[in-house]
Amino acid sequence: MIQAIAFYLFAIMVIVSGALTITSRNPVHAVLWLILAFFNAAGLMVLVGAEFIAMLLVIVYVGAVAVLFLFVVMMLNVDFAELRAGFARYAAIGLALAIALAAEVMIAFGAWSAGGIQLARRAAPIDPGVSNIAAIGQLLYTRYLFVFEGAGLVLLVAMIGAIVLTHRERGGVRGQNVARQIARRPQDATRNTQPVVGQGIDL
Amino acid sequence: MSTSANLLMTLPEIVLAVGALALMLVSAWGGQAVTRAVSWVSVAVLIGAGIALIGPASSGGEAFGGLYRADAFAAFCKVLIYGASAVAIILAPRFFTRTAGDDLRPEYPVLILLSAAGMGMMASASDLLTLYVGLELQSLAAYVLASFMRQDTRSAEAGLKYFVLGALASGILLYGISLVYGFSGSTVFDQIATAYSATGQSLGLTFGLVFIFAGIAFKIAAVPFHMWTPDVYEGAPTPVTAFFASAPKVAAMAMAVRVAIEAMGPATDQWRQIVIFAALASIILGAVAAIGQSNIKRLLAYSSINNVGFVLVGLAAGTEAGIAAVLFYLTVYVVMTLGSFLVVLQMRDAAGQPVETIASLSGLSQTRPALALALAIFMFSLAGIPPLLGFNAKLAVFNAAVGAGLYPLAVAGFVASVIGAYYYLRIVKVMYFDDPAPEFHKDGSVAEGGLIAAAAVFVSPIGWVLLAPLGVLTLSAAHSLF
Repeated sequence: MIQAIAFYLFAIMVIVSGALTITSRNPVHAVLWLILAFFNAAGLMVLVGAEFIAMLLVIVYVGAVAVLFLFVVMMLNVDFAELRAGFARYAAIGLALAIALAAEVMIAFGAWSAGGIQLARRAAPIDPGVSNIAAIGQLLYTRYLFVFEGAGLVLLVAMIGAIVLTHRERGGVRGQNVARQIARRPQDATRNTQPVVGQGIDL
Repeated sequence: MSTSANLLMTLPEIVLAVGALALMLVSAWGGQAVTRAVSWVSVAVLIGAGIALIGPASSGGEAFGGLYRADAFAAFCKVLIYGASAVAIILAPRFFTRTAGDDLRPEYPVLILLSAAGMGMMASASDLLTLYVGLELQSLAAYVLASFMRQDTRSAEAGLKYFVLGALASGILLYGISLVYGFSGSTVFDQIATAYSATGQSLGLTFGLVFIFAGIAFKIAAVPFHMWTPDVYEGAPTPVTAFFASAPKVAAMAMAVRVAIEAMGPATDQWRQIVIFAALASIILGAVAAIGQSNIKRLLAYSSINNVGFVLVGLAAGTEAGIAAVLFYLTVYVVMTLGSFLVVLQMRDAAGQPVETIASLSGLSQTRPALALALAIFMFSLAGIPPLLGFNAKLAVFNAAVGAGLYPLAVAGFVASVIGAYYYLRIVKVMYFDDPAPEFHKDGSVAEGGLIAAAAVFVSPIGWVLLAPLGVLTLSAAHSLF
């Protein structure tokens, strides 16, 4: 019972926030609705037992992609009225895309109800007793440990490369010297004086 | 198998990765000042990785459930790769300090170490996943190295070109991998071989094979996927070009051999057509296109295309003798190429700026006789003229091709190698018979001079004493694949 209620809650929220994403006039609001849609989709994933994908959805889409969208929308001065002006012109193409997508969803549903594809040789058959986060973790850190670490090195090289090729020492930049800030004492920075009334002070 | 036993087999890569990480920290804090120290420690790390090959890393067999293979073939390739990488590190500091504008930063040796780790993964890969990750690790570091001289627009152009075309090649390779995985159901080489040996092989597997070989041809710069090579070799800093022409070639060839023999051995007849075409086209185009070059680095780029063609002749044989010939050819090729690039590094005008035109070599025999002799030895050897070792290498691959019954290939390759001899000999003629050009800047380093001498002695007739031990090593390495 509670599952059914949760499902309808999440599903309705996904549809509503999805609709609001494309109808809201303010682009910042649109991105915020999109984030809400992602959260609710993650909820749906949890309900079907794909908790790893749910977490990925929250971390990758909400945490990175949507925030990136938000930055782009807020920083770039995109004229959305102008973008929307071509709506009627491209309506036919949009409609065709929507129909194609709907057809694909129906075919996928039909194929799913006929049973999944049997992969010939699985590297690691799924153990029904293990949750999928644990299953992925077990594979990543045992069988695929070497390749996983290799992928980490690839990312490290990408980071080193970006810094090597773009970073350069620039003169006249005031960097923060934390040690000097901490070592500074009050008596070095302030001075107590007793100015005589009417004479002003020396600075 | 326990995790520690698995890790022990991958010890060379672990040594390289840990060394690179530690040196990265040192260079992050030390900055420009520690470049030389980091360079020498990197060479030590490469030697350490080579020493780590002794033991399970060269004889352990399969690790990580078939993802990685530690055998004699991988060990042989890794020794070549680490040696060439070490040379690329040793000859860098002088080049960069003498070139205005861009000093060598300590990231250079670190990136070469990481690249060497990736190349080791490629040589040991017995799974498409390991192969791809290793390839990306190697290529990504190479893209950065190509554009290491930021002030130089040619270097930036080389890096960008290499990156775009390399990414395209990776995409093609990945597409092939996805097809092979989809139609065979596995990424492990053994199981892919089972799928290929099944009767009534599906069209998807054939398509996958074609795409994978196209991607590999890109990486080893074989015709018709060679277009990037002359531009990248010309634009990249010379030490980096020397690196590109040696270590990554060995790694990519090792990867090609493993895929061809271990994963697609049952489909030899299918990939043989591709390899024969690429071999002949590379030999002929590499020879013909090099004739018109006036830049020595471009000429050596075409020379590397030409040589890859000969290596592919050995692979086309697809036999144990063929693979042994591939390894022998690669060994000689790496020495000859590194030697030639070391000589190119000595080419500097009076102000110490590098010059790259072939015309500036005129009359080198009168101004720098020893250097001219060394370059002449490398050129004769690259042309395959006896009694130099380059001849034995060519003989070995043609022997293997004849042994596999590929007579037309051997004859065509032999005839085409005569065309190639023309432009190598032209350089010798320029050095010995033309009027002297302005003398080169004389500030040779002991390390570079020693390396040139060692390489020249290796390919000279004195190197024949190494033929027997090299023969034993290459045969045992090739034997571990079959």
